[in-house]
Amino acid sequence: MNAKIRELLGKLANLPVAVDTLSNEADLYTAGLSSFASVQLMLGIEDAFEIEFPDHLLNRKSFQSIAAIEATVAQILASSEAA
Amino acid sequence: MDMQVSFLDRLFESGLLIDTGVDGLYGRSGQFEDVIAAFERLIDRTGGPDGAEAIRFPPGMNRAYFEASGYMKSFPQLAGTVHSFCGCELDHISLLKCMEDGQDWTKGQEATDIVLTPAACYPLYPTIARRGAIRDEGQLYDLQSYCFRHEPSKDPARQQLFRMREYVFMGPEAEVMAFRQRWMDRGTEMMRSVGLDVHIDVANDPFFGRAGKMLVNNQRDQNLKFELLIPITSVEKPTACMSFNYHQDQFGVKWGLKFRNDTPVHTACVGFGLERIALALFHTHGLDVKEWPDEVRQVLWG
Repeated sequence: MNAKIRELLGKLANLPVAVDTLSNEADLYTAGLSSFASVQLMLGIEDAFEIEFPDHLLNRKSFQSIAAIEATVAQILASSEAA
Repeated sequence: MDMQVSFLDRLFESGLLIDTGVDGLYGRSGQFEDVIAAFERLIDRTGGPDGAEAIRFPPGMNRAYFEASGYMKSFPQLAGTVHSFCGCELDHISLLKCMEDGQDWTKGQEATDIVLTPAACYPLYPTIARRGAIRDEGQLYDLQSYCFRHEPSKDPARQQLFRMREYVFMGPEAEVMAFRQRWMDRGTEMMRSVGLDVHIDVANDPFFGRAGKMLVNNQRDQNLKFELLIPITSVEKPTACMSFNYHQDQFGVKWGLKFRNDTPVHTACVGFGLERIALALFHTHGLDVKEWPDEVRQVLWG
């Protein structure tokens, strides 16, 4: 999942730095992730993982870092399996 | 809804607003305009000493600037573009035939270089960017324009063509934040001085679609937008009569608004919805200005 998220980040987030230089915990907003890029990323992740972000997870925190995105996606996948 | 229709009907009956047959597109009487002029003088008295540079743009903006602003990413549903007939004589004949037959004659209209201004400050940023570097202490502007938003409604406080008076400050982050806070305090004081019951709350713009939900959450989480609310057509859902928007360095980066040392400026804008304020006054004090409380008349007309 980490590799897929990194790939989407590279493709959609339009960051001024290379994704490989970012640690899993690096703050993506500090790295230059804009509001619009985070929306593109959100839509790309939904498409790639065939999930839908519930409204309460559509916020900055969910996209703060690669680790945060991973945790959010894992949480959505787990809740869709439970349902 | 009934309450909204009835206030609108009363405004029509009194002649303050004039029905055009399109929801949200109204004429204004001399009396209505006089209230707006008086309130603008109050704004001038309050903000004038700050020494803003006044600029007035017409209610249309350069389409290239509009496209670069990203407005269509966020609010495609609200935008209004100006289209014109650009055909030859033969096309003209087809156009007239089409109109005569009651068919859609607008399909052949072509986009012009003009888009209706969605907020008074939109044409400002690229204009100032063209002038060169921003002074270290920041720069302040005073704007007023008719603005267009495509949201037909029976609520007289939600018009499609309305005036927005704005102050825009471009400068260092701390000064920009202080500018916004100063106007939140001033706005509250101004509205109280004319007998309006107000409160300020965190707010968001009407971003389009599901992606918009995320932008709404981002905007609210970061306290980027506040509104000064006054009950007009509803007490539960009071109307935003002023807004206080902090753009961080987003516009500085987008438009290349930079200090001499090449770092992008931060910006904030403070907007007065002039029709909404006039409507709040008419709704609160009655449709006949001669009957308004003396202290309110004193503040507005001296």
